[in-house]
Amino acid sequence: MFKILKKEILGPQMVSMVLDAKSIAKIAEPGQFVIIRVSEKGERIPLTVANFDRVKGTITIVFQKIGKTTYLLAEKNEGDFILDVAGPLGNPTEIEKFGKVVCVGGGIGIAPVYPISRKLKEEGNDVISIVGFRSKDYVFWEEKMKSASNKLLIATNDGSYGEKGFVTDVLGKLLETEKDIVRIFAIGPAVMMKAVADMTLKYGIKTIVSLNSLMVCGMGMCGACRVTVGGETKFTCSDGPDFDAHQVDFDELMKRLAVYKEEEQIAMELFKGGK
Amino acid sequence: MSVNKKATPMKEQEATERRKNFLEVPLGYTKEEAIIEANRCLQCPTHPCIEGCPVHINIPVFIKAIREENFQLAVDIIHESNLLPAVTGRVCPQEEQCQVVCVVGKIGDPVSIGRLERFVADWDIENRKKGNTLLPKKEAPKGKKVAIIGAGPAGLSCAADLARFGYDVTIFEAFHVAGGVLVYGIPEFRLPKSIVEEEISMLTKMGVKFEFDFLIGRTRTINGFFEDGFSAVFIGSGAGLPQFMHIPGENLGGIYSANEFLTRVNLMKAYKFPEYDTPIKRAKRVAVIGGGNVAMDAARTALRLGAEHVYLIYRRGRDEMPARAEEIVHAEEEGIEFVLLSNPLRYIGDENGFVKQVECIKMQLGEPDSSGRRRPIPIEGSEFTIDIDEAIVAIGTIPNPIIAKTTPGLKTGKHGEILVNENMQTSIRGVFAGGDIVTGAATVITAMGAGRAAAKSIDRFLKGEI
Ligand SMILES: Cc1cc2nc3c(=O)[nH]c(=O)nc-3n(C[C@H](O)[C@H](O)[C@H](O)COP(=O)(O)OP(=O)(O)OC[C@H]3O[C@@H](n4cnc5c(N)ncnc54)[C@H](O)[C@@H]3O)c2cc1C
Ligand SMILES: Cc1cc2nc3c(=O)[nH]c(=O)nc-3n(C[C@H](O)[C@H](O)[C@H](O)COP(=O)(O)OP(=O)(O)OC[C@H]3O[C@@H](n4cnc5c(N)ncnc54)[C@H](O)[C@@H]3O)c2cc1C
Ligand code: SF4
Ligand code: SF4
Ligand code: FES
Repeated sequence: MFKILKKEILGPQMVSMVLDAKSIAKIAEPGQFVIIRVSEKGERIPLTVANFDRVKGTITIVFQKIGKTTYLLAEKNEGDFILDVAGPLGNPTEIEKFGKVVCVGGGIGIAPVYPISRKLKEEGNDVISIVGFRSKDYVFWEEKMKSASNKLLIATNDGSYGEKGFVTDVLGKLLETEKDIVRIFAIGPAVMMKAVADMTLKYGIKTIVSLNSLMVCGMGMCGACRVTVGGETKFTCSDGPDFDAHQVDFDELMKRLAVYKEEEQIAMELFKGGK
Repeated sequence: MSVNKKATPMKEQEATERRKNFLEVPLGYTKEEAIIEANRCLQCPTHPCIEGCPVHINIPVFIKAIREENFQLAVDIIHESNLLPAVTGRVCPQEEQCQVVCVVGKIGDPVSIGRLERFVADWDIENRKKGNTLLPKKEAPKGKKVAIIGAGPAGLSCAADLARFGYDVTIFEAFHVAGGVLVYGIPEFRLPKSIVEEEISMLTKMGVKFEFDFLIGRTRTINGFFEDGFSAVFIGSGAGLPQFMHIPGENLGGIYSANEFLTRVNLMKAYKFPEYDTPIKRAKRVAVIGGGNVAMDAARTALRLGAEHVYLIYRRGRDEMPARAEEIVHAEEEGIEFVLLSNPLRYIGDENGFVKQVECIKMQLGEPDSSGRRRPIPIEGSEFTIDIDEAIVAIGTIPNPIIAKTTPGLKTGKHGEILVNENMQTSIRGVFAGGDIVTGAATVITAMGAGRAAAKSIDRFLKGEI
């Protein structure tokens, strides 16, 4: 049982929670995730460790309410418990002094990008971050991202805040002006990561994405999370979640993400109907 | 005295009925049936059955106790060598172990040792429910901590013995429940989860502690345990890494590893979706690839989820199937369609990325290979397709590499199995291993035997004897 110490509503459908999870906080690194189970009949779902405090023994998760499990989780309040939190899982993001780097976060993807930018900056990289939201109401963690980057660029789809457009629009301009970018980290919806990958391939810039495959075990024993990378089958949870974007078969990933569409709808309808 | 040549039959759910539910198939002996069957044992002085059992249960003596209706004595005798008799009595490949050598087998059916073991264990569970719990005696506390990795049969039995020897034992388990393959792999209709739970609850009563959601190699490393004050570590992490064939289309929607399929259904109870949140595809035409116990379990599970056709595609013949004979018969009775001497070449998908066909090739058997079984060879030009909307790949699992990868100096063999000496010691002092992580996928009883052997070695190690 893991206690919720703090809960914050970050925007429409976006929630952050600070959890008491000492053994995870002790060793979590940017890029890792946990698998949680909210209730006895619940599903196991992966969520990134968006922040951790080794001294206090806490981790932060940030999630978007999109289906039954995330809705159930959002109903929990400070002082309540989450049944299971297993982790930290997956391999930490490879971070060293690269030089000039860009971190791209789309929507909920900003939460996992944050500890990565922070560590990149700590390691002495020149970090430019680009974060994208649907509109002004959805903006969260702006201050945090600012402090974790040397330069922060913001885009909203409707132009209500920052630049109008997608993160890829901002990235496109940046790639034209900044010629010494050596590495790009992109986390967000699969379509966004694919668009970033297509764009950076032309410039030959190494691009790392953190994949969001469906998972069951999170420890490499079921194969639910398998993806094709460089023509080979990999398990996102144990071989990733970070992969070289230019090697990932995003079309396959997107198809696999949609496998349970029908069942997810059934679960959500019953949930909304009060079941 | 003349012995009845026929074994006392055990009642079963009818095939037509059971293929629609997840309830247990064989129903167990009544007291009267157990005594009749116990009387078939000759109490022969050579008792080869004991040698046949990997943990050497004193079989004639426990059977004699059944005859005399002293069931508690029978329980105690079994418990001396086997902590999970309700499990092994159900899933042991008895026909290849204790029963294959039984003397009565020379004139008729061997004594149904497994069924008798199950009867005794179930009697014990009922008796415990009435509050008559007898905990095994424990030695005085030795003031030393031992960490056990994995709550499968190997880890559980190692923990139980160490607790009896007086050690302070904690089991670290990656999943949220204990049992290993017993809870996520073997289906409810062969091994009810309530029975596994009940057997495991004995460990808690004996003072064994459990830490769930704890993945060694990630949450903590083996070296970390020694820093935390543990004096010895036992690795019983099993052989959970699913193998795929790496043929085109294998990542299409609707294609599962048997591990994923069974974990969703058994551990996460996807067969009760949407009451439980984890979904599973309810397919109409299912292909299961493989011929072992796991393939049979997956096929029979798919049937119970409502499939109209379940094709079990196996590259050798029926006689070469590694599954237990009893399970092959059960599968056939329930209507699983065997597609023998055939091997998948590729999967064909629809426009949404869901599997719709599997293309196979016919095989013939050639010379025996290193495993002693005749090697299957493809017959050129014999390709054929089957329409399916789901496929389950059950071609085996190998040890999960995560512990080896995160433990410098831990020696492994060519399939990633952890190497141990005759005392179950690994290449790192104070670290022991046993079960499927050492042998590759094997059986419940061999894993238990390994866990117990390791407990003895750990005791000797901590006393400075090895
Ligand atoms: C390594 C990893 C880290 C993740 N980190 C975070 C995180 O920090 N915050 C967060 O909000 N989410 C994160 N996710 C995604 C998260 O696991 C899913 O949003 C969650 O499982 C949805 O569960 P649900 O029952 O609420 O929705 P469901 O009912 O399962 O799904 C509802 C809708 O969401 C879509 N969906 C389901 N799963 C995913 C997914 N994995 N990615 C994208 N869309 C999905 C479905 O197609 C459907 O349209 C991460 C995923 C992975 C693999
Ligand atoms: C579907 C199926 C059917 C089977 N049917 C039969 C049968 O009928 N009869 C029979 O005798 N045998 C059968 N077997 C085989 C038998 O179940 C196994 O041989 C036995 O369970 C092995 O025991 P174990 O303790 O070594 O490993 P497991 O049972 O695999 O347990 C290992 C445990 O360790 C945990 N773990 C793994 N890695 C870590 C880590 N890094 N940190 C923490 N915990 C970890 C796992 O979650 C698991 O709980 C079957 C197997 C399967 C899959
Ligand atoms: S444990 Fe298995 S092999 Fe041993 S007596 Fe029981 S059924 Fe037979
Ligand atoms: S071999 Fe058969 S008959 Fe002889 S003691 Fe064992 S069970 Fe009884
Ligand atoms: S989620 Fe099970 S292998 Fe990755």
